Amino acid sequence: MVVWLQLTVVALSLAVALLAAAYLVPDRRPDRWLVGLTWLLEAALVVQLVVGVVLLVTESPDIAVATYLGYLVGCLVLPPVAVWWARGEPSRSGTAVLVVLGVVVPFLVLRLQQVWEPGWYL
Amino acid sequence: MVPVSPTGPARSTGTGRGPGRVLVALYGVFAVAATGRSAVQLSLQASEAPFPYALSALAALVYVAATVGLAVDRPWARRTAWTAVGVELVGVLVVGTLSLADPVLFPDDTVWSVFGRGYGFLPLVLPFLGLAWLLRTRPR
Repeated sequence: MVVWLQLTVVALSLAVALLAAAYLVPDRRPDRWLVGLTWLLEAALVVQLVVGVVLLVTESPDIAVATYLGYLVGCLVLPPVAVWWARGEPSRSGTAVLVVLGVVVPFLVLRLQQVWEPGWYL
Repeated sequence: MVPVSPTGPARSTGTGRGPGRVLVALYGVFAVAATGRSAVQLSLQASEAPFPYALSALAALVYVAATVGLAVDRPWARRTAWTAVGVELVGVLVVGTLSLADPVLFPDDTVWSVFGRGYGFLPLVLPFLGLAWLLRTRPR
């Protein structure tokens, strides 16, 4: 896949995790900055889905298509659900949910890359 | 009147509150992952390895039930969570042991193979956290 795009997704995702972790210590709630960053991550994931589908159609590689699409769509669903779930909690645990989101997404992108290019390792 | 414990303000006993929020998020990730994996396996290659694929489907069901059971604050949900987390603990221990003892049984990985090694052993840790959290929040 397009490496710089996936690096962008991973960087945004880790930024969400780091900012949320930084909010955890002084016990701050997710504000417009943290939530805005999460939506930026979502935007990057939408771009990744579009590019991923275009690549699938144009290059028609010999890969596990269902799994590939599963990862593309699956990671797209997580940020909105995480924001909703984080917002419903008045304590700092809500902020911690966004840490989980930021840590999980890079693993999904890694798996996505491995499905796209079997035998690919870091 | 809301009962106030002597050590501090009243603590909500809901499993989806406080630290439970994070636990539900982790279970949610596994619910999505296990359901996706199971759907792909069953739709494309069901006859290839029926036993591990049936296990994948069971694992998906368990994670979805545990997520919903822990997220919802109702008596039925708590019972669901107890059952799901219990089955999960038995599942990860039995499958983990079997996959080490007889790898031929598991030609393709399940979430619980080798105690969830493919997922940072989180599948082994989660049921213990789940049971501890259910115990801690149980209504008195």
